Amino acid sequence: MIVMEEAAYGYGTEPLLADLSLQLQPGSFHFLTGPSGAGKTTFLKLCYAELLPTAGRIQLLGVDAAALDRDGVADLRRRIGVVHQDCQFLDHLPTSENIALPLTVSGRATPDQAANLSELVSWVGLKSRAHALPPELSGGERQRAALARAIIMDPDVILADEPTGNVDWDMSLRLLQLLVELNRMGKTVVIATHDLALIRAAKSQVQARVLRIQGGHVTVAGADL
Amino acid sequence: MTALGDILALLEGDAQADRVVPRTGQAARLSLATSAAMAFLAVFAMALSMASGRLADRWSDALARSSTIRISAPAAELEAQTWAVLTVLEQTPGVESARALTDEEQQALLEPWFGPELPVDDLPIPRLIEVSETAEGYDGDGLRQRLAAEAPGAVLDDHTRWRRPLVEAAGRLRLLGWVSLVLILGATGAMVTLAAQSALAANEQVIRVTRLVGARDSYIARAFVRRFTLRALTGASAGTALGMVAVLLLPGAGDSDSFLTGLGFAGSQWLWPLVIPVLAAITAFIATRVAALRTLRGLQ
Repeated sequence: MIVMEEAAYGYGTEPLLADLSLQLQPGSFHFLTGPSGAGKTTFLKLCYAELLPTAGRIQLLGVDAAALDRDGVADLRRRIGVVHQDCQFLDHLPTSENIALPLTVSGRATPDQAANLSELVSWVGLKSRAHALPPELSGGERQRAALARAIIMDPDVILADEPTGNVDWDMSLRLLQLLVELNRMGKTVVIATHDLALIRAAKSQVQARVLRIQGGHVTVAGADL
Repeated sequence: MTALGDILALLEGDAQADRVVPRTGQAARLSLATSAAMAFLAVFAMALSMASGRLADRWSDALARSSTIRISAPAAELEAQTWAVLTVLEQTPGVESARALTDEEQQALLEPWFGPELPVDDLPIPRLIEVSETAEGYDGDGLRQRLAAEAPGAVLDDHTRWRRPLVEAAGRLRLLGWVSLVLILGATGAMVTLAAQSALAANEQVIRVTRLVGARDSYIARAFVRRFTLRALTGASAGTALGMVAVLLLPGAGDSDSFLTGLGFAGSQWLWPLVIPVLAAITAFIATRVAALRTLRGLQ
């Protein structure tokens, strides 16, 4: 799915991330941890080609990220669902249209897909909030809407950047449950979080690997959960 | 992204894409008003150019194939020199016809300056001979030499001296009209570019989010291109209609050659202003497309 070979990235002269060499296998579940500013978000951005490595090589779904043209990047992002930390909604569109946005921009907004959308909105528990504008949603509702948008294109990989950062514990568990269900459907899941309690809570539900970013390097933290 | 794809998208429309990119009121009003104002001015530039063209053609046609011979001689010799000149003209290749103006015609020519009571017979007024040329024309220098020999009081005026500057002036005015039209289109393009850039900057977050969820540049650009092209078409149509009405309300030219009263369109020329909205739309299409693609290339 995602292969990094001695990849590095830096915003200035000093690399933020260096010597990234790892493989995220299909159907695997990963937590990405590390202190604030360690580079978790940057790592995820490398995984959906918002950033390109300044050294080394990254293969995304079998394609060298550096070789992708702009249309290629757009097509890749239809196969990689991302839940952004700040959700990234279009505030002038209702929640249901925000969830359907990947379908809309890819020209796949068919009546069949509309039925799937309704099912998906129900699955994330937002049926009654489908017509609300994003600013009217609570933190948990926003995160669930972002998750729904991330999976509406039936992607191979789901990347979530601090999906439980602004929600209470119950909502965190609910979001985790949704991501675990997706993983059971065969999706590769990567969750960036600094919430160790969430990682512990996942232990009973899924076989996950914890990647720890520290000092610009990624290491596997202990044994798999 | 192909221009053809953009054109097809423009014709088909995309309600969903229109919803994704929110309307920015200021840019919409600016592009509409600019297009209308520019089209209004373009109608006048076109009218100026066409009126100048008509005037140049009229002057050119009216004067190009005619000339005048003026005979100034003592009364006793005037008749003889007149016959001599007409004889020379009969034998000159390139002269289609020639005739001496009658006293009544000469009086009519002088009447605007001296009044109707002018005693033509009592005044030493030169005799005028009107000469019409064939399409090939005559040899002016050769004719002057023969006239000097046969009728020393005859002077040939082929109108070139004052016809050429007038025709040139009208021609330049026509060119100026077309240049103005091109400049107006250029200014429209610049204004639409600025408005499009403003709209693109105002919608940076929309562009970023749509890119993040997999929108291609073509999808994003089309939403802007379609919107600004239609605005330019709408504004320019309104401006053109107003301009045509304004030109229609200008005082008529009648039969006079007056330039100011002749400003406007004649006959099928009234169809030409209908090209202006189409040109404005094409200009907006190109300007917005270039601006959108340039902006999008700057975003990851």
